[in-house]
Amino acid sequence: MVGEGILKGLAETARNFFGSYVSKQRLTTLQYPEERLPQIEAARSFPFLVYDGADPQPGLRCVACQICEKECPPKCILIKKSADKKPDAVGKPQFYPAVFDIDISVCMSCQICVEVCPFDAIKMDVDYDLPTADRFGGLLLDKHQLAKSNQYYHQIHPTEAASVDATLAAAHAKVDAKAKVAADARAAADARPNPAPQPQPQPAGGESQ
Amino acid sequence: MILTPQTLDQIFPIAKHWLLGFVPATAQPLASAILSVVPILIAFPLLFAITTWLERKGLGRMQNRLGPNRTGPFGLLQPIADAVKSLTKEDIVPITADHVVHFLAPLVLVAAAFLAYAVLPIGRNMVLVNMNAGVLFFFAIGSTVELSVFMAGWSSRSKYSLLGAMRAVAQMISYEIPMVLATIVIIMQAGSLSTVSIVDKQAAYTGIFPHWFVFTPWGFMGFALFMIAATAESNRSPFDLPEGESEIIAGYYIEYSGFKFALFFLGEYLGMFATSGLAITLFLGGWSAPFSFLTWIPSYVWFFLKLLTLIAAFIWIRGTLPRLRMDQLMNLAWKYVLPMALINMLVAGIWHFMPTGPARWLVCTALLAAPCILLSLALKRKKRFQVRTYRFAE
Repeated sequence: MVGEGILKGLAETARNFFGSYVSKQRLTTLQYPEERLPQIEAARSFPFLVYDGADPQPGLRCVACQICEKECPPKCILIKKSADKKPDAVGKPQFYPAVFDIDISVCMSCQICVEVCPFDAIKMDVDYDLPTADRFGGLLLDKHQLAKSNQYYHQIHPTEAASVDATLAAAHAKVDAKAKVAADARAAADARPNPAPQPQPQPAGGESQ
Repeated sequence: MILTPQTLDQIFPIAKHWLLGFVPATAQPLASAILSVVPILIAFPLLFAITTWLERKGLGRMQNRLGPNRTGPFGLLQPIADAVKSLTKEDIVPITADHVVHFLAPLVLVAAAFLAYAVLPIGRNMVLVNMNAGVLFFFAIGSTVELSVFMAGWSSRSKYSLLGAMRAVAQMISYEIPMVLATIVIIMQAGSLSTVSIVDKQAAYTGIFPHWFVFTPWGFMGFALFMIAATAESNRSPFDLPEGESEIIAGYYIEYSGFKFALFFLGEYLGMFATSGLAITLFLGGWSAPFSFLTWIPSYVWFFLKLLTLIAAFIWIRGTLPRLRMDQLMNLAWKYVLPMALINMLVAGIWHFMPTGPARWLVCTALLAAPCILLSLALKRKKRFQVRTYRFAE
């Protein structure tokens, strides 16, 4: 019949109109600032820097190797390497980033910096509530704003963080075992009556490997 | 003073008369004009504000959204927020535009839209000018809208504007013809071009039922054709090709911003209310009550209730139908609406000369239904396209 399609369409919109008043299922609108969807574990927004221990700046895992800066496709990372070395969370002297800036207005959340980081120092955040009145300075995050604790990382990505911790613990164990072997060798060398300067380069070389 | 239904019905004319008593006799014509015009200049823009809210809420609900809900309770203050926004926005005029015409176009549109209200009887004894050629005046003023639309499209010196304006003019001229032809049946039957006497003819009752023209075969068909043409005239969905947000961005008013854009919006809605008001006047009995036992409700209330009903129908249609293609639009105008309007005139003549009774109902309904169905089927027929062969591409 002529006009049947129009009548069907009108019935459909009328059903939607009245249905949205009675059925919560139809009206899927989320009143955003007041209501939020539960966070998905795999969500990601912008990168942040992980630190171990209680103090953010000395605890940063980042050693300013600048791989992420070189790999970043939109070039939103700026790192200035420190001139000196400072002890990190486990007390080993390391370079540290004197400046670490990410311009999140440029960042495209591709996660390549996370993929290339050999120290598991940079990870993806889930925070998307980043409005600011200053579109230049407010979106340029420095290392103080970027530093977030390992506990926070566990909180937002529990599975991933656990596996990262396991890998790091294994690596530490390996280093410790090596150091122990080297220390044993040094102890054995000390026991022998040999000239004093010889054992000193040995532990240094053993530790650097 | 006792507030009888009669005084309540005539409260505005009485108030005007009372106010005029304070004015010296020499200034009375001017004061009378101002007292009649100002309420129209207030009431219909107010209705526009309410309609934008209703439309956004209604469309939202039809699409299972909430619509505006942040400004005030249920988002009721949204029109005020919109007004403030459009007033504080920068008014941009393209550097190559014809500045004078670009400035005048929205003003012409709004002025023309307001002028049309001069002949609409809003209530009993509530018409600005009881012109003996009221319907003619309405259409003469209505055709000024095309002028302003083309002024806007031409003066902006933008391709999109010009395309939109050309579409709009083609569409409005195509639909103006069936619109006028659809009203001719009423003029034939009422024997008058005056909107006031057309309403007076319909404000009578048989039993409890009114003598509205829509309750006759030719009146119903005329109403349907008029509403189709009115939708096209006011550039509303599904005939919103001149705006075509997805194709030509906003058509003829793409180069307008700030308050000029708001004026275009206002003019478009005022035009829609005016044509709806004319449809009410011609077919739906104007200010008369739908049943004889409801005549105690003031006449202007009925007028605005009918207007709101038609606005709701417009919103419902907009939420339902997708935009037509240009060829579908023209096919509908010239191959369906126009022939049906002509047949409708013939049927109205037959109705006039046949004796009253069920026989003329039967004959007239059959005479209208048969061509309606045949024309629709002819329009729906599958077109056979040739298989295109490419000489060079393959």
